[in-house]
Amino acid sequence: MNSNIWVLTSADSIAIATTLILAALGALFTERSGVLNLGIEGILLTSAISSFLAADSSGSIWLGLVVGSLVGSLLAGIHAVLSVTLRANQIVSGLALVIFGTGLANFLGKPAEGKTVTTIIEPLTFGPLSDIPVIGPVLFEHDIITYFAFALSIGSAWYLFRTRPGLELRATGDDPATVDAQGLSVAGIRIRYTLFGGLLVGLGGSWLMLAQSAAWHQAATTNGIGWIALALVVFAGWHPVRLIFGALLFGFSLQLPFTLQAEQITFIPSAFTQMLPYLATLIALIAFSRPGSKNLRGAPKALGNPFVRDER
Amino acid sequence: MKKFWKLAATAAAASLIVAACGGSDSASDTTSAPVEKTDVKVAVVYIGTTEDKGWSYQHEQGILQLEQELGVEVKRVENVPEGAQSEQTFEQLAADGYQLIFATSFGYGSPMAKVAVKHPEVCMQWATGAKFLLTKAGGGEFADFDALPTNLGTYFGAAEEARYLSGIAAGKATKNGKIGYVAAFPIPEVLRGINAFTLGVRSVNAEATVQVTWTKTWFDPSLEKQASESLLDAGVDVLAQHQDTTAPGVAAQAKGAKWVGYNSDVKEAAPDAWLTAPTWNWGPFYVKTAKAVAAGTCPSEEFYGDMKGGMVTLGSFGTSVDADTQSLIEEKKAAIIDGSFAPFTGAINKQDGKAWLKAGEKAELGALLSMDFFVEGVVGSAKG
Repeated sequence: MNSNIWVLTSADSIAIATTLILAALGALFTERSGVLNLGIEGILLTSAISSFLAADSSGSIWLGLVVGSLVGSLLAGIHAVLSVTLRANQIVSGLALVIFGTGLANFLGKPAEGKTVTTIIEPLTFGPLSDIPVIGPVLFEHDIITYFAFALSIGSAWYLFRTRPGLELRATGDDPATVDAQGLSVAGIRIRYTLFGGLLVGLGGSWLMLAQSAAWHQAATTNGIGWIALALVVFAGWHPVRLIFGALLFGFSLQLPFTLQAEQITFIPSAFTQMLPYLATLIALIAFSRPGSKNLRGAPKALGNPFVRDER
Repeated sequence: MKKFWKLAATAAAASLIVAACGGSDSASDTTSAPVEKTDVKVAVVYIGTTEDKGWSYQHEQGILQLEQELGVEVKRVENVPEGAQSEQTFEQLAADGYQLIFATSFGYGSPMAKVAVKHPEVCMQWATGAKFLLTKAGGGEFADFDALPTNLGTYFGAAEEARYLSGIAAGKATKNGKIGYVAAFPIPEVLRGINAFTLGVRSVNAEATVQVTWTKTWFDPSLEKQASESLLDAGVDVLAQHQDTTAPGVAAQAKGAKWVGYNSDVKEAAPDAWLTAPTWNWGPFYVKTAKAVAAGTCPSEEFYGDMKGGMVTLGSFGTSVDADTQSLIEEKKAAIIDGSFAPFTGAINKQDGKAWLKAGEKAELGALLSMDFFVEGVVGSAKG
């Protein structure tokens, strides 16, 4: 039962969903404050290679995770300075970050090209729990970061909708003028959550490197996961818990092409099934971001607009 | 901090410019070379980086041998995409006075042929190429073989010989008779490898099957790891591969399975899983060709190296390959080298059970170079 390929594929999907959840959650926090950061893909790549270099030179995976996360926050900081402090166009700044991050990652990654991480993040062991039919391999054979990502999503929903700082965050994204009138610093809140978002994206990129990919090769390390994460936020209607389901769905669609081939289900050409995650991204964006879509109710109303006090 | 990034970015940009412009005077910088230098300007174009521990890395080892034996400094251009951009690269190298250019990827063929026509003074060598593909009949731009530029040669080798031998190791290692093969693109080179591997497997394990999964990549650690995991999920206990990464090895080791690599001897990537790997030794060909060009001739043949000539080799054995299996493989290897055995010798059936080669019949080289089907024992689609 536990060696059934669909059970194992579900387990693989949950693992792949980890980076998606962390990156999308990072984007969600940033966007909830009213800042649109399109640079996720660039941040993921730079964090991934930073975590690789740190883990490889120190021999510690955990140091790799810390360095990768901090680098993610640092890159998001560039976006925060440009778009919040200097009020630059957020779309341009975000896209610039993608190009900059990709270039920087390739530059830093030159000596690591084709190298494999010597130790990867190992799954936790739960003893007899892993032997429970179906549930065992699906739920009890992951590493600590995967569990952390799922727990963080649920915790984030509570933070966003049940706490005062969460309320302030949402208000900043919806109506910065009112937050300003309350005597709170709009710029301060936006910068803080952009940095925090970058930290989560960085953790996602580091995990992708140190647990999933295990070898560095330029842009192929992320394969566009950063863009899928951005679409996922729209798909989830900016709600952290709905994000989990979206991430599982996309994680499954990323693993599915290979499962179908391994199962000899070949009446659909593999070239087509490998397109599925990206096709699903397109469909999700079209279906869920139509004007008037229920999903857009969660969208921060001031998303993408720099806050200028005079324009109140 | 911003200053640091600015510096880093400037350094990156500067290093790119240096990489792009440098080297035109490299042949004159070789005064410190320890051996007597040969007066020839050589350049090599890579699809990836020389650090990939796979395809390009293995070519780089051959180039290093060339540099050492001839006392010249070779100009390297890395990360050149196939197609229009590669044409510019060849054009630039020809204009810079390089006399011999090695192009190490399949997709460089037609751009290289165009530049070869414009620069008859430059000797061009296309790895993994087939001149047939440049002719009208093969979908190319030249009327026939006679119309092809005489300063263009191709070089490749019979990896199928080493693939067959690695198949023996895999066939002996599998416990449940299910072997997985992480395949790159459905082109003759890859199909030939899978078929030879499968024949090797079945020579020692008649009931075993080789299950193929396509990734449509040459180098993508994440995707190749996912493909490996799906095969392992489906129950295979040995993995083989065609791509240039070690991802299948890492995945196999994590699940306690065995692994046949490719291109380079990279046992250290997954020492417990490692069985062996078909590997390449390009050095002798590079040295020979550079010497010919220095002497004023350009080899324009379609060179097809083999184990006998030493271009195709088999990597070291992993600890789990027992002495009997090793000596069986050595025996077959000797037979391949002395010419008494070839992997594609009948009787061989196609995947659907229909006969392909009669008993004792050997496949023609042409049939091997245009192979578009699987042999019996392979599970999966040869169309990708």
